[in-house]
Amino acid sequence: MTVSEPKTGAVLKVSAVLLLFIACKAVGNLSLAWGMKHFPESMSANPLSYVRAMFDPFVAAGVFALVLALLVRMALLSIADLSYVLPVTAVGYVVAAFLGKTFLHESVSRQRWLGTALICVGAAVAGSTIHSKAGGKTK
Amino acid sequence: MKWILVTVMVVATALSDVMQSYEMKNAGEQSLKLRGLMRLLRTIARRRFLILAIMCMAVSFFSFMALVQVEALSFAVPASAASFVLETLLAKLVLREHIGIRRAAGALIVLCGVVLVGG
Repeated sequence: MTVSEPKTGAVLKVSAVLLLFIACKAVGNLSLAWGMKHFPESMSANPLSYVRAMFDPFVAAGVFALVLALLVRMALLSIADLSYVLPVTAVGYVVAAFLGKTFLHESVSRQRWLGTALICVGAAVAGSTIHSKAGGKTK
Repeated sequence: MKWILVTVMVVATALSDVMQSYEMKNAGEQSLKLRGLMRLLRTIARRRFLILAIMCMAVSFFSFMALVQVEALSFAVPASAASFVLETLLAKLVLREHIGIRRAAGALIVLCGVVLVGG
């Protein structure tokens, strides 16, 4: 192993934190979307309507999961570059499309699936670079 | 209305991400164990850009809440990635991160995907 290559432990740690972030974000988005779509009041500029929505159990669960995702992401940013984290976490967009179709019965067009596939390719290309904070350098 | 919400969400997210990354790099590596999370919360309370980042995140979040009520989740989430290029650019200009050709190409491919998803 050369000096510029990342240590296996560091790469595993980044990958584990990354997976945890994607899972929290997916669960949070789904729960929030479900709660908001079933919330009887439409959102306005009035902050009270947002506060009232937060008392809905699904919205509250979504907010909790998203806050957890935020903390995990902060930890992730402390061990990996922002320009690495951004594209790799884009896999979450594909997960959102899948969850939207499966659980919220959204109609996802062929164009939208093509877009999600491109997002996966882009994430894979950017993700194949070495994230410098994990002990290596970018390519 | 949906594009106003997307714009507010994107700008607030980009500002928040750059400030978070800047402060978290200065704060050093964080642990996800209970003691580590407590330390992370103390770090947030002490660093002004992190507090500002969280305020921007709140604006972004409320825009997302309103957006997800009227639009499909499979649109709202990918639409939030419109901040992608702006953030990568800011990572290079403000945070002085090295963006190699593969990383830049990956970001551009993701952007193309986001445009298709949102179109």
